[in-house]
Amino acid sequence: MQRYDVSFQLTSPTTQFDTQEKVGMVILGLGLLTWVVAAFGIGNQSAELTFYGGLAGIVVGSLIYFRRFLKKPQGISHDGTWFTKSMLGMKSMLGWTLGIIFTGFYCILYWQDAWLANLIPIFNPLSYALKNTAADKWFMYGTLYTLAVLVMGVRMLYKYRHNRYQILRTISVMFFQLGFAFLIPAFLVMLNRPEYYFSYFWPLKYDYLWPGTVNWLSGDGSVGIFMIFWGAVMFFIATPILTFFFGKRWYCSWVCGCGGLAETAGDPFRHLSNKSLKAWNIERWLIHSVVIFVVATTAMLWINSATQGSILGSASGKFAQWYGFLIGLVFAGVVGTGFYPVLGNRVWCRFGCPMAAILGMLQKWFSRFRITSNGGQCISCGNCSTYCEMGIDVRWYAQRGQNIIRSSCVGCGVCAAVCPRGVLKLENGPRDNRYNGPVLIHQDNVSVTLDTNWTPTGGTGRMPATQEDIPVLTDSDWNSMK
Amino acid sequence: MSKRVVIIGNGISGTTAARYIRKWSDYNITVISAETDHFYSRTALMYIYMGHMRYQDTKPYEDFFWTKNRIELIRDYVHEIQTEKNELNLGSGRVLPYDVLVLAVGSKSRFFGWPGQDLKGVQGLYGIPDLENMELYTQGINHAAVVGGGLIGIEMAEMLHSRHIPVTFLVREKSYFNHVLPPEESEIINQEIRDHHIDLRLETELKEVLGDDSGRIRAITTSAGDEVSCEFLGLTTGVTPNIDVVERSNVETNRGILVNAFFETNAPDVYAIGDCAEYREDGIGYRRLDQLWYTGRNHGKAVARTICGERTPYKKPLFFNSAKFFTIEYQTYGTIETHPGDEIGSLLWQSERGKELIRINYRKEDDVVIGFNLLGIRFRHALCEKWILEKRTMPYVLENLSAANFDPEFYTQYEKDIVAQYNQQNPGNQITMKPAKGLFSALFN
Repeated sequence: MQRYDVSFQLTSPTTQFDTQEKVGMVILGLGLLTWVVAAFGIGNQSAELTFYGGLAGIVVGSLIYFRRFLKKPQGISHDGTWFTKSMLGMKSMLGWTLGIIFTGFYCILYWQDAWLANLIPIFNPLSYALKNTAADKWFMYGTLYTLAVLVMGVRMLYKYRHNRYQILRTISVMFFQLGFAFLIPAFLVMLNRPEYYFSYFWPLKYDYLWPGTVNWLSGDGSVGIFMIFWGAVMFFIATPILTFFFGKRWYCSWVCGCGGLAETAGDPFRHLSNKSLKAWNIERWLIHSVVIFVVATTAMLWINSATQGSILGSASGKFAQWYGFLIGLVFAGVVGTGFYPVLGNRVWCRFGCPMAAILGMLQKWFSRFRITSNGGQCISCGNCSTYCEMGIDVRWYAQRGQNIIRSSCVGCGVCAAVCPRGVLKLENGPRDNRYNGPVLIHQDNVSVTLDTNWTPTGGTGRMPATQEDIPVLTDSDWNSMK
Repeated sequence: MSKRVVIIGNGISGTTAARYIRKWSDYNITVISAETDHFYSRTALMYIYMGHMRYQDTKPYEDFFWTKNRIELIRDYVHEIQTEKNELNLGSGRVLPYDVLVLAVGSKSRFFGWPGQDLKGVQGLYGIPDLENMELYTQGINHAAVVGGGLIGIEMAEMLHSRHIPVTFLVREKSYFNHVLPPEESEIINQEIRDHHIDLRLETELKEVLGDDSGRIRAITTSAGDEVSCEFLGLTTGVTPNIDVVERSNVETNRGILVNAFFETNAPDVYAIGDCAEYREDGIGYRRLDQLWYTGRNHGKAVARTICGERTPYKKPLFFNSAKFFTIEYQTYGTIETHPGDEIGSLLWQSERGKELIRINYRKEDDVVIGFNLLGIRFRHALCEKWILEKRTMPYVLENLSAANFDPEFYTQYEKDIVAQYNQQNPGNQITMKPAKGLFSALFN
C-alpha cells in the first residue's frame, strides 16, 4: 500500500510568476508590512498615511496579483493545489505555520489587546469617518475581516468568472459583509443607535435573543424594538420559509458573514476538509451538542430573568459566560478561522455553528433543495468530494446516481463546478421523491426483462454500507425534472 | 463452505462485480490486483498529475469499506490460470483455488511497433505505474509530444500543459477525434486545443522516436518529415485488452476474452467483464469490445446477478458517454454518427462564443429523435434517454427542451435559441418551448 500511496505531492512542478504578478506581490507585501510595522509603533505618526497607504497596497497589490486567473482560459483551475509548494493541511509545515499565525491573531485580539495599542489607532481615520468615534479593537477586526472578504471575493470572482452561480453568490456575500455587517452597524453608532448586525441572528449571534441584549435594545425605543423584532422574525419565520424553498444556502453561502469569509478568504483551503466517515461522526456529535448548549443557556437565562434569579441563581450567568468563552471566542474565532489552513475553511460552520445545525435539520426534512445526480454519468473521479468544504463525500452519492441531501451542505455549488462530467446540479424542486433511491441509469438494464424486484437466490448476505434497493425511476422523478 | 469467488482486477468492473456479489450473496469474495491495494478511479489519473487531487482522493471507498463488507483484497500478480484445476498461481508463489473466476483484467496501452518506442520517456497512460513514470520523465523537461487523437491523448496534453510543458500533439486524422465527433464538434475541440497553446498537428503521424546516448528520447520524426525535439512522448494510440496471462490459459481469446451474453467464457465458471471482454455474438451490439467506464460498471452488476443465481443475459443499454476536452465538457446520449446518411436530420446550434454546441439528430421519415451531442452544456441523462426510448419526435422534444437543461442555476440557457433556429428552418412547423421553472417560479408552484 505504501508503495503507491505516495500521491506525488512531494514533487514540485514549477509555479511560475510573471513580472506583473511579482509586482502585485511586492505591492501587497508592502501594504501588509505598513500595517504590521505600525503594530510595533513604527511609521504610525500619521494615521491617515499609514492606514490608507497600507489599504491601497493591499487592495491594489492583490488585484494585480489575482489577475493571474484572468490569463488562463476561463474554467476550473486547481492545478498544483496538492503540490508541496502550495500544500497545506494536517501534515504540512506551511499549514501549521499559517494556522499558528491566524490563531495567534485571535488570541491577541481576545486576550492580549494591549499588544494592539499601536495598531488600533491607525484605523481611526476610517472609524471617525463611519462611526464618528475612535477605533476600538472590534472596529479594527471588522475592517480587516471585511477587507479580507472583499479582496478575496474579487479573487473568487476572477477564478470562477465562467460560473454565474459563483459570481452572484460571491457578490452577495461581499454585499452583506460590507453593508449589513460593517457599514450599517457603523452608521448606527454614528446615529447613537445600538450597533446591530442585521445579517446575524440567534443562535449564531447567540446574545441577540438573550435577556441582556433584548433589554438593552428595548431601552433604545422604536429602533431597538425593531431590531428585536427583526431578529426574532428572521430566525423564527423567515429562516424556515427561505430554507424550505432554497435550502440552507440562502444564508450560509449567500448572506452569513462567517460563510462569507469562508467562501472568499477561505477558498484556497476548501480542499483540506476531512472527508472520512469518522469526521462526519465527530461533526454530528459536536455541532448538535453546541445546539443543545445554546438552547439550554438561552432557556436558563430567560427562566432566570423571569424568576429574577430565584431558581437558578447565578448558574445561568455562568452558563452564558462559558458559552461566550468556549463557543463564541474559542470555537468560532480561534479554532473556526484560525484552523483554515489545517482543517479547511468551514471548521466552525461544519463542527460548531448552531445556526448551521438548525438550518441543516430544516434542509434535511423540510426543504425543496437537493443536489441532483445526473443519471449514470459519474466516473467516481472524486473532484466533488475533494473540493467540498463541508467534508461531504459527494462522490459516494453521485456514483450511485443518488441525490445529495445532507444537512451540512451549504450549497456553495463548487462540487457542481468542478465536476468534469456534468453530474451535479443544485436545485429546488418538488419534495416528492427528493430522496430518490439509487437510480443509476442502466445499472438495472442488464436483462431483457427489467425485473426490478429481483431478489437473489444465491445467499442472504447483505452489504451493510450500501442500500441500493430502489432502482426504478418513478413518475414523480420525471415530473420533478419538468 | 460457501462458494469462493475470485476476481482478477480491482478496476471499476471487478469492483462493481465484487460489491454486487456481496450484496446478493454470502460467498467468499477475493479481489486480486497487481496495480494497487485498493480500487481507485482510473479516470482521475490526470487530476493526480495536475495536482487537483492526491491518489487517496481518487479512491471511491474508504479503506475500511473492504473489510467491513468482507471483500478480501490481495496485492499480487496472477501468474497462471489453471481452469482444469480451478486454481490460480500467483506471483508470490501462492496457489489460490476458486469456485468462480471473474476476469476483469482491463486494458493496456497499444503501441504500433515504432522504431524507438521502448526508449526511456516514451509511454502510454493507463495506470498508476504509467503515472509514476510520467512524473519521473517529465521533471524539468522543455518539450513533450503526444501521439494519438483520442481521449487519453488530449488528457495527456492537458496534464503536460498544466505543468507549463510545451506540447506538440500529433493527430493522424484530419481533425481531432473525428472518428467519434461530427465535423463541427471536432472543429470546436481543435480550436480549444489551439487556444491552450498546444502545437496541434493534424494529419500527422509518428514515424520514429530518436534517442540519446543514455537511452532516453531526444526527438521524434513525423510523417510530414519534421523532427520535433522532445524529452517525453505520450503514446495514446488506443488500448487493447490486457490478456497475456489469459492467452497462456485454456480460456479462449481473440482480441479480448471471448464471452457470450452472460459473460461466460469457454471455461466453466470463468467469466470475463469490462475492457477485456469481447462479445462473441452480434446480438449484444455493434462493438465487440466495449472499453468504457460505464460499460465496465454495467458488466460488473450483470455478471454478479448471474453468479448469484439468476443467469441473466446482458443487454446493451442506450449509449451514453461524456468527456472533458480542456475546459469544454462533452455529453452524448443515443446515436450520433459522424456522417449520418440522408435519412437522418440534424439540428445543430452553436454559440457565438464558439465553445457551446447542441446537436439533436432525428429520423427524417417520422421526426423521431435518436441522439444528442452537447459541448459546453449539460443535459439531463435520464430525460434524454427517456425521450429517445419513447421515440419522441422533434416537436415534442423541442417543446420540452428547457426541462433537459442541467447547467448550474443562473447560467445562460440556450434552448430558446435552438428552438428559434428550428422554427426558422421549418417555417411550416412553429414550436413554442415551455418555459423552464427557475428559482423564482419555484416559489409559486
